[in-house]
Amino acid sequence: MRIMCCLKPVPKPGSVKVDPETHTLKREESELVLNPYDRYALEAAVELAEKTNGKVVAVSMAPPNAKDILLEAFAFGADELVLLSDRAFAGADTLATSYTLACAAKKLGPFDLIVCGKVSVDGETAQVGPELAAWLGLPSVTWVKDIKPLNDSLELIRTREFGEEKIKAKPPLVITIEHEANVPRPPSIKRLLKQDEVEVKILSAGDIGAKEEYLGLNGSPTQVIDTFAPEYHGKREIISGPPEEVSERLLSILKERGLI
Amino acid sequence: MIERKLTREQQIVVEVADYIGRNYIAPHAIEWDEKEYYDPAPIKAMAQADLFGLLIPKEYGGLGFGSTETALAMETISKYCPGVATTFAAGCLGALPLLIGGTKAQKEKYLPLIAQGKALCAFALTEPQAGSDAAAIKTTAKKDGDHYVLNGIKTWITNGGIADIYVIIALTDPKKGPRGASAFIVHKNDPGFVPGRKEKKMGLRASVTSELLLMDCRIPKDRLIGREGMGFILAVKALDLARPGVAAQAIGLAQGAMEVSIRHSKRRIQFGQPVYNFQAVSHTFAEMAARIEAARSLLYDVTSMIDSGTKNISGASAMVKFYATDMAMWVSERAVQMMGGLGYSRDSLAQKYMRDAKCLQIYEGTNEIQKNVLSRELAKLYQSEEGQT
Repeated sequence: MRIMCCLKPVPKPGSVKVDPETHTLKREESELVLNPYDRYALEAAVELAEKTNGKVVAVSMAPPNAKDILLEAFAFGADELVLLSDRAFAGADTLATSYTLACAAKKLGPFDLIVCGKVSVDGETAQVGPELAAWLGLPSVTWVKDIKPLNDSLELIRTREFGEEKIKAKPPLVITIEHEANVPRPPSIKRLLKQDEVEVKILSAGDIGAKEEYLGLNGSPTQVIDTFAPEYHGKREIISGPPEEVSERLLSILKERGLI
Repeated sequence: MIERKLTREQQIVVEVADYIGRNYIAPHAIEWDEKEYYDPAPIKAMAQADLFGLLIPKEYGGLGFGSTETALAMETISKYCPGVATTFAAGCLGALPLLIGGTKAQKEKYLPLIAQGKALCAFALTEPQAGSDAAAIKTTAKKDGDHYVLNGIKTWITNGGIADIYVIIALTDPKKGPRGASAFIVHKNDPGFVPGRKEKKMGLRASVTSELLLMDCRIPKDRLIGREGMGFILAVKALDLARPGVAAQAIGLAQGAMEVSIRHSKRRIQFGQPVYNFQAVSHTFAEMAARIEAARSLLYDVTSMIDSGTKNISGASAMVKFYATDMAMWVSERAVQMMGGLGYSRDSLAQKYMRDAKCLQIYEGTNEIQKNVLSRELAKLYQSEEGQT
């Protein structure tokens, strides 16, 4: 099975900087780490490739300083590394990001499967996986926690708020992976020793045949108006006095608010 | 504290072992100890990280590294849990007779599986009446056509019941005593091979130690390692190579114990200040650090000596084994003392390190036997000076 695994570098918590003009994250200046959910996606892809004698192509749309994240993915089992990097990609929302990834999938494909993490910890939208499927005209199955390869299809277990769904799906398709799906492996010493020899292929907008109007800020219907840390105003009242008075006061507050 | 220059390969080994320690071992070490539970997860992680291939030559799918890299991995894992390190160490010990004396066909068959972590090994020499007196083994292997039939009981076998491949030392010619011993490969599913009672241990409780019963265990004759009569030579060579690994476990253990108790003593306020400020406490840590570093220097001198191809390593290997494990016992006991009541609590790692350390002084040859080995080597060394004053 030939598998594309989408990896997103996210700013390391505590190192986040916001561009005051565009209100988007300044990813070039942040220390980047691999989105934690994408570790499970990568592990799922590598395990499936091992079972099916396949290959994993790790793809990331990110600034050039994300190269190390892809080299890390190599240590964790990815076979080919592709960095989509171009000024035109900057400021992309989920629609522009998924369009870019879809162009890359067409250029680098065909793939039997495209695997994404369930959600990224910086954006928290969980939209890129399903949108990527839409751009490619493929079915998508989200929140997958178990993958079993069958003859010509995959048996997928999908988590829901209540219970689970078992889905049989024929490749090609896009899936997003839950953190319960597996225990990601440690880096391999053999692969770490080979890291210096591994090529990270860098592709621009032109290389993947992407249309400028769909890329970056231009292609993003979501415009960030402001980014700020919310202020919390906790209102509290300490009721003191004899138990009878305290309970009377508590009762009247609850009644006032219509809670009882 | 003492800076040692590591090669890039060695740095990678340490980083990967540390990654496994932090992510796969540390969150569970106290629980595994408390429940006396063997969890295969960290062993699987070590296999995925290629740690089982450290000593296996490249031609058989390993990394082709030496004793130094193995000791670095062992030390690092042991800092997080000497019990998990024991499963790993016994796996390495079980592979050594094959590496030293296996035929080409045996190496081609087993070493790639061992390197990939697909086959966990165990080494079985000890018997109910043959511990320090290893030559007193009674397990027999009788030739029967194209097979050997093994009978006997092995005890205190690390990885007993969880290993896939067992190296069993048995007598092919009981009349010849130790010269009549041979080494065999037994598979976990061989007929007549049954893991027996699991030992209830004071420490190293994340690892499995059990009896092995061989009851008319019939194996093909090509499972003999080397030649008949080579069993003890192979066992002694394997143990000589493995003992620096026990020293590495001891050093990792002592480092872990010291770190846990230093952190506590800097936080624990008594008489209005951290207890670390009291000289009785801080001097104990100074003493710990010096003893750990001294043992570490000795260890890496011994592993360099092994890696440079020195033939007679018995004395050096015995020396570092007893020196480092006695040091670990002392450090871990002091670590408990420096933590007071909390160190004695089973919620703390300090007491676990102390219980784990005790076994290191006993297994792979008691420290008393190591002193016999070293004193015998010393006697040989100074033989020429006998009679001189």
